[in-house]
Amino acid sequence: MPSGSADAATQKRPQADHPLAFDSSAKWERSAKIGLRPEPFGALAYHFDTRRLVFLKSAVLVQLVDGLVDHDSADAAIEAIVEPTDDRSRQAHVKALASLAEAGVIEPVTTAISSVG
Amino acid sequence: MTATQSSPLTLISKSASTKTQAVPPLVEQLKGGLDAPICLTWELTYACNLACVHCLSSSGRRDPKELTTAEALAVVDELADLQVFYVNLGGGEPMLRKDFLDIVDHAVSRNVGVKFSTNGYYIDKAAAERFAATDLLDIQISLDGFDAETNDAVRGKGSWEAARRAMDNLADANFGEFKISIVATRHNVDQLDDYKKMADEYGAQLRVTRLRPSGRGVDSYQDLRLTHPQQQQIFRWIMDHPDVLTGDSFFHLNALGKDTGETLPGLSMCGAGRIVCLIDPIGDVYACPFVIHDEFMAGNVRDTGGFASVWRESDLFQELREPGAAGACASCNAYEACGGGCMAAKFFTGIPLDGPDPDCALGHADEAVAAASAAGVVPQPSQDHSRRPVTLGAKPS
Ligand code: SF4
Ligand code: SF4
Repeated sequence: MPSGSADAATQKRPQADHPLAFDSSAKWERSAKIGLRPEPFGALAYHFDTRRLVFLKSAVLVQLVDGLVDHDSADAAIEAIVEPTDDRSRQAHVKALASLAEAGVIEPVTTAISSVG
Repeated sequence: MTATQSSPLTLISKSASTKTQAVPPLVEQLKGGLDAPICLTWELTYACNLACVHCLSSSGRRDPKELTTAEALAVVDELADLQVFYVNLGGGEPMLRKDFLDIVDHAVSRNVGVKFSTNGYYIDKAAAERFAATDLLDIQISLDGFDAETNDAVRGKGSWEAARRAMDNLADANFGEFKISIVATRHNVDQLDDYKKMADEYGAQLRVTRLRPSGRGVDSYQDLRLTHPQQQQIFRWIMDHPDVLTGDSFFHLNALGKDTGETLPGLSMCGAGRIVCLIDPIGDVYACPFVIHDEFMAGNVRDTGGFASVWRESDLFQELREPGAAGACASCNAYEACGGGCMAAKFFTGIPLDGPDPDCALGHADEAVAAASAAGVVPQPSQDHSRRPVTLGAKPS
């Protein structure tokens, strides 16, 4: 087909149906619908549902995304993984995680409350 | 992370423009190349039932050397191992391959998303339902005129009707959001609003891309390319319609925003061999789908080491990842905005690769384009599978 389908792959898809507010005191994890590919600058994330490409522009951010699941809150993950954790860098990473949440790269972990006695 | 104000993340879907920061901007890093392409086009066959005048791959007849089913499935495996997230399948008409569905199914099963580009002739009701039931599949139907007259002059008689039938079938099958893809020409640029309405009615997404003088487009480019006023027009239109996809193909028009600071959404760079490449039906790997010419052929997927070593090690791709010189554009104050434009468009209009884009919005290439075309020094594509000479149909007035 002559339809030009080259170019850089920037998709401008509508965002996830239910954008989630980012609560950094909650527990988060990398979405199962995400492909993450290591790259020299950090990693490239691809959301298989929304078909959005997202650049994670540092190796630390990649570690953070992968490490979220091991901590009770995003704040705790940042504290443990990001160095140094001065206010500025903490804020920058909260902001980055908020954008990732909005793009559906990370999702809140909903702990199923079961009534097993 | 260095201590900067900017977030360590860029959503490419918003804009890749990064604030000044200590780490090189993302665009600079992308220019150095990635471990695997982001935008990989794989043309499955040179066979096509149509003969569009601007076909970028000069398709028509099948090539006897095309990849076998086993070879094609092996390419899919390799792409999956490289974590290529999705491929753009095309042709020719990809649905003409008897193993088309096998290739699609295999890709999807290996978590490689598929978008395929088709003229729609073979999307009957049954095919539409089959596609609607397939995950990770995206379909793009080409339509180069809002009405039959405009479209068929470029794509051939009956092609408008076939494309509309395919869209109807996809809508009836509840496929979801397919794409309607238009190559912008001087005859359809006034129809963009109509197209948008049509896409909205279908629940489809509109995609408008730039015409390039590639393949048979070498011959039809002068008759179809946008005029300077039309470049202004489409620049504005895209700015006003951020939900329309463009494949970032109009970044050369960013020169028009140099005074107002406006830039089109997306990456403003040539991705050839850096984030973009083409695998052609016989397995040859080119820097981009729009440069099917020996000069831009980096290797073949059948070579030892396969696609990965062509992508990572070929001399050509290494070279394309080196920082380029601005050449004749160096003195232009729009260079930062437009980057000098599209390599393929320059090459096939006989302009040096460090010269201005033939569609330079500031008109800096007009003389050179006219001179090269008068002297007949424009290169021809090295693959031509046209069934017979193809000429532009009755032009709409
Ligand atoms: S002269 Fe070169 S840099 Fe300037 S607008 Fe034209 S193509 Fe872009
Ligand atoms: S050569 Fe042109 S079409 Fe190909 S990647 Fe570069 S700018 Fe895009």
